[in-house]
Amino acid sequence: MRRVVPLLLLCTFIALAACNRAPEPATTGTAAAAQPATTGGSKGGDFGPPQGDPIKAVLTSPPNVPPATGRTTPAKVIVELEVIEKEMPISEGVTYTFWTFGGTVPGSFIRVRQGDTVEFHLKNAPDSKMPHNIDLHGVTGPGGGAASSFTAPGHASQFTFKALNAGLYVYHCATAPVGMHVANGMYGLILIEPPQGLPKVDREYYVMQGDFYTVGRYREKGLQAFSMERAIDERPTYVLFNGSEGALTGDKALVAKTGENVRLYVGNGGPNLVSSFHVIGEIFDKVWYEGGTHFQENVQTTLIPAGGAAMMEFQLEIPGSYVLVDHSIFRAFNKGALAILKAEGPDVKAIYSGKEVDEMYIGDRALPNLAAVATAAHAQKAGALTVEEQIKAGQALFSGTCSTCHQASGQGLAGVFPPLAKSDYFAKDPMRIVDAVTRGLSGQVKVNGQTYNSVMPPMGQLTDDEAANIATYVLNSWANPGGRVTKEQVAKRRKELLPVTAAAH
Amino acid sequence: MAAAAAEGDGYVRVPGGNFTTALQYEDARLPLRIAPFAIMRRPVTNQEFLAFVMAHPQWRRDQVATVFAGPDYLAHWRGPARLASGEQGAQPVTRVSWFAASAYCQGQGARLPKWHEWELVAAADATRRDARSDPAWRERILGWYARPSSRALPSAGAQTPNAYGVKDLHGVVWEWTEDYSALLVAADNRNQGDPDRNRFCGGAALSIADRDNYAVLMRVAMLSSLNGSDTTMNLGFRCVREV
Repeated sequence: MRRVVPLLLLCTFIALAACNRAPEPATTGTAAAAQPATTGGSKGGDFGPPQGDPIKAVLTSPPNVPPATGRTTPAKVIVELEVIEKEMPISEGVTYTFWTFGGTVPGSFIRVRQGDTVEFHLKNAPDSKMPHNIDLHGVTGPGGGAASSFTAPGHASQFTFKALNAGLYVYHCATAPVGMHVANGMYGLILIEPPQGLPKVDREYYVMQGDFYTVGRYREKGLQAFSMERAIDERPTYVLFNGSEGALTGDKALVAKTGENVRLYVGNGGPNLVSSFHVIGEIFDKVWYEGGTHFQENVQTTLIPAGGAAMMEFQLEIPGSYVLVDHSIFRAFNKGALAILKAEGPDVKAIYSGKEVDEMYIGDRALPNLAAVATAAHAQKAGALTVEEQIKAGQALFSGTCSTCHQASGQGLAGVFPPLAKSDYFAKDPMRIVDAVTRGLSGQVKVNGQTYNSVMPPMGQLTDDEAANIATYVLNSWANPGGRVTKEQVAKRRKELLPVTAAAH
Repeated sequence: MAAAAAEGDGYVRVPGGNFTTALQYEDARLPLRIAPFAIMRRPVTNQEFLAFVMAHPQWRRDQVATVFAGPDYLAHWRGPARLASGEQGAQPVTRVSWFAASAYCQGQGARLPKWHEWELVAAADATRRDARSDPAWRERILGWYARPSSRALPSAGAQTPNAYGVKDLHGVVWEWTEDYSALLVAADNRNQGDPDRNRFCGGAALSIADRDNYAVLMRVAMLSSLNGSDTTMNLGFRCVREV
């Protein structure tokens, strides 16, 4: 249905009479969004014998994707992939012996067209310790090629398959113990383009998630050995995009320009975890969920099973850093499942303003009060801050933060929270207000003849000028002596006193 | 029973007995009865193998029949009758084909160990003859798999002997067994519950009885990927003698 509707609409506008004709299948890249309702699966994927000379497939290491095949006829495509066992960084100062397809984790990206005949050569490097093989999920046949590609170190195997189903498929090693080979990084993606190709985009990237199991703890330095026990228990030390922490951050971040369409080919090698793949700050315009033929639109998070993949496409409107995560979120911030896509270009304020206000959010504070804080902040910057502005801003900040205990009237709560109204505690030394606000106050204090013994936590979230404004407000309220505390005084005071330690509370 | 007696010529006597293998034969009744044998204390070294090819030039890499040894046979030596370094002499010989290893053992009046003999001796750790149920035993073996093989091999016999007095069964090199080609594990081992019986003539199809025993599983997988003329950078051998 998805394809029929736009075409019918188009007909309505252009030539109503022509609508009687059946729409023709789109063949160009730009019109490829018009997907057939069904492709016929593998039955519709054999376009006859390969034509022309055999073609050597272009393989790319992540995060790069080979160019579109650009072909309209089936070909014989030769793929040569070498298995290499090598020590590589898995995190800063941490290395791991990865087993790889092509020397990288994930392995080289393979791109062919539906109907192609693929002659696959799997080589196992002479210095490998292990025999290896390959199971391509895009292969029709028992084992996906595994039995036909079982290869001892220093040997090469060959098998041939016809790519009958279009889609994005995981490949992986399937040699015993399968889980260990996969856990060591032996997976990658093969894209089998539909005959009409995929819609043209400005950028394509290759990202693959995997979970890793080491004997040492997360970020424990040195060469870390594989832990079979942790793998069986499904307790990963690392969950990573493209095989190492930092593989796609900093200088290695993915890049794009605003206004560009980006397509991600995202796989999940596992061995154990299912990914809740999400890009912070973007909405996927389209997701070819499960790497299949149809797309869903307007998706926030898409599930990628272990041994599965998805394609997603989105236009970048706003410059900045977009964070790719597994939204099972502890994996992102405590196990490494984090990558950056950096978009460059001019701001578009009509769509996203950037930060307009940066201040404390205080639950029950009425909105108009925010204005006083902002005014004071601006005046502070301009060097024209008046006592009145400070008092107003201080009142807004007091309300909601301080008033919860000390009450809006400054009366406190008898026996529990000391009063601030007409208080002898700070009458002689206004800096005692600053100290209490910035450092907190614990233990016995005497205020207006009454003893209090409770705990006030430090309000560490307050900036120097906010603390100064609160102190000024208190000094000028409830029959207190008046006066003023400046931002500079607070800053100086904070430096003079040692930082509050946890033991104080 | 006394501890395995040293034979005085690099061989250690192993008493044999009942043994439960990690492999499962369709037609086998467990446990197996293994006859006493004597096994080399450590793997054969490059120096020892060099002496062998000097005495039997038909096993030099430039003279060997290609059907018995592939192009990488002894390729790590400087010449057909010369090692790459003095250090190499003490390292276990690798890049030897099954045929060459068998010939070496024959020359000693010995043979390659059968898989079960090798497995029996390799089940031991430093203090116990069967340590296979100890996770530490497994982790130690898997630890070798986790080390990249770009680093130079250690000298043969440098490790602590196991309870039989035999060294280097784990952590240095893979080893040929006489019956390696009978280890007919399906090439796609994920079919273990449904072995290809036709392929094995309805006979002795193997599967792994102890699925947790990855250490053994990987060794079997390694051996079953090979042909008799194949060599690898991490595959050596030792010999056994009947007693």
